[in-house]
Amino acid sequence: MRFCRNLVMILAVFSLVLFSSGFTAHAKDTLKIGSILAVTGPASFLGDPELKTLQMYIDEINANGGINGHKIEFVHYDTKGRAKEAKNFVNRLIKKDKVDVIIGGTTSGNSLAVIDIVQRAKVPFISLAGSIKIVEPVKKWVFKTPHTDKMAAEKIFADMKKRGITKAALITGNGGFDKSGRAQCLAMAPKYGIEIVADEKYDNADTDMTTQLTKIRSTDAQAIINFGFGKAPAIVAKNIKQLGIKLPVYESHGVASKKFIELAGDAANGIRLPAAALIVADQLPNDDPQKKVLLAYKKKYEAKYGPVSTFGGHAYDALFITVEAVKRAGTIDRAKIRDEIENTHGFVGTGGVFNMSPTDHLGLNLDAFKMIEIENGNWKLLY
Amino acid sequence: MDQLLQFLISGLTVGSIYALVALGFSIIYNASDVVNFAQGEFVMIGAMSAIFMLKAGISYPLAAFLAIVITAGVGLALDKFAIEPAKNATVVSTIIITIGASIFLRGAALLIWGKEIYGLPPFTNNDPIRIGNATILPQNLWVMLGTAVTVFAVKYFFDHTRMGKAILACSFNKKAAYLVGINVKRMLLISYGLSAALGAMAGLLVTPITFMSYNAGVMLGLKGFCAAILGGMGNSMGAVLGGVLLGIVETVGAGFISSGYKDAIAFLVIMLVLFIKPSGLLGKGEAERV
Repeated sequence: MRFCRNLVMILAVFSLVLFSSGFTAHAKDTLKIGSILAVTGPASFLGDPELKTLQMYIDEINANGGINGHKIEFVHYDTKGRAKEAKNFVNRLIKKDKVDVIIGGTTSGNSLAVIDIVQRAKVPFISLAGSIKIVEPVKKWVFKTPHTDKMAAEKIFADMKKRGITKAALITGNGGFDKSGRAQCLAMAPKYGIEIVADEKYDNADTDMTTQLTKIRSTDAQAIINFGFGKAPAIVAKNIKQLGIKLPVYESHGVASKKFIELAGDAANGIRLPAAALIVADQLPNDDPQKKVLLAYKKKYEAKYGPVSTFGGHAYDALFITVEAVKRAGTIDRAKIRDEIENTHGFVGTGGVFNMSPTDHLGLNLDAFKMIEIENGNWKLLY
Repeated sequence: MDQLLQFLISGLTVGSIYALVALGFSIIYNASDVVNFAQGEFVMIGAMSAIFMLKAGISYPLAAFLAIVITAGVGLALDKFAIEPAKNATVVSTIIITIGASIFLRGAALLIWGKEIYGLPPFTNNDPIRIGNATILPQNLWVMLGTAVTVFAVKYFFDHTRMGKAILACSFNKKAAYLVGINVKRMLLISYGLSAALGAMAGLLVTPITFMSYNAGVMLGLKGFCAAILGGMGNSMGAVLGGVLLGIVETVGAGFISSGYKDAIAFLVIMLVLFIKPSGLLGKGEAERV
């Protein structure tokens, strides 16, 4: 009996060796993609669809034989939105897992925290976070796919200018996204001839913002801008309605999910926001180059996981920019992949049409944002 | 002047939410001198289970009732499986157990209900009510009513019922209570069940205003804890006073000084109060305890 068992073991080990050596002899090296995403924690509604998107498309690419024969190996860690864990995991991805490309850093805080590490290790990093600081000034190994808060601020101010608004009140939370958005609003307002007459703040866990809004009501503001995400903007919208304030309200792209409308209810109607085209994909004109890409992504994601969000779209863009770069590079050499990511030109993604360059590691312009108004609990594309 | 009225009303509405959560701390504290840091999670579990039963098509009143029952069950289980086995633990160790329990409950809620934020519909029509130039939502009145009813119920329970007095006796001296025939173990079990039910009620009342997610209990628990400390731990009137004071200091501070320093102002006031009167505004001094 014992002999038998040993024999089976030896055979098993032997066949394993044979199999694995045979495997490497035929296939090309695998491309290792690492990711650090905030799948749980306060930014989970961003990280969760990002991870699902990456997994879904990487499985599909592998099922179709990989990128020019390179299969993709996907290594993922959950940062819970904590900058310290993001740092630890990026170190692990680079030193232990030896990945070729890193996608992730769901939040601006997480992304900014790991920039030094990827720069030193010379690993291409595509961030999925909003802040402009990630790519400005340009860092050699760092790219990003989401629209920036600076673009959102500019899009809002451009719309205000059209409506003849010259005085606006600002109300923002205490998160990284909120603070960065606030700074961009304050910086961009003069360019569009708009004066910020109130600058109120709240804690993202607060349950009531009527105090701040009462202060805003007593100013001569002609519009209110709220930069934030999660439940706070929904409370702000409800409080605005409660106080009977009739001013136009602008939200940021941070609330571009159906959840906001669900939470704010009636109070959401009439609010305008800049957002990626994904949420109004079916309202786009047929000649819009993005329409096909968006509808395909939406259909695929919704068939598997339910309602799509723009945040998963950022992961889609990052993954396929990488895939295209590897195709063009014809190798999985990190430096060559980096060069080709920088050469991305005319890539039609969910966030817009990307044209990167050595001086622009995002590659989107203001047209990538659509101005949207919430009407009867639904998104309506304005322009 | 217009503004001040709205600030006060806003402070009162926020404060009554804090007060309602703060009340939940008092029962377990009165029974065992333990601050139950899973109290915020009781609030969350009550709200989340109601939300999901409502989604499953159960009527609002029944869902609310079942949510309170479920949460009370969680409270009983917490005592039975975590607190009771550590019966010889000191107060500090027990508090640490409750912190562990709160992390566990949050994790379980994450697995069961996911990470999304949810709301509950308001109890009644929710058109704002105007008072001069200020407004208040009917749901806020419900919260205040809920707080008022609970505070008197809790006060009555401890001052006038045998069981309430028995629970208090356990906290003063477990051994003496045992010797006069009080079942200490059962009193503790009941106090966990009751305070969980109270937490669930708070969750049901505040969710139409504040929304709820698996981790929202942390912040509500923390603010409730601050209110309870401010007013005097274990004193139900103190909890209300502490909650309302905290709410008003926050809003008036935000309104007249700076909304950015709102929490800093509130904590400054709490620290000042505790410097002058460490047992809280209505708390009994330690000396009386002996």
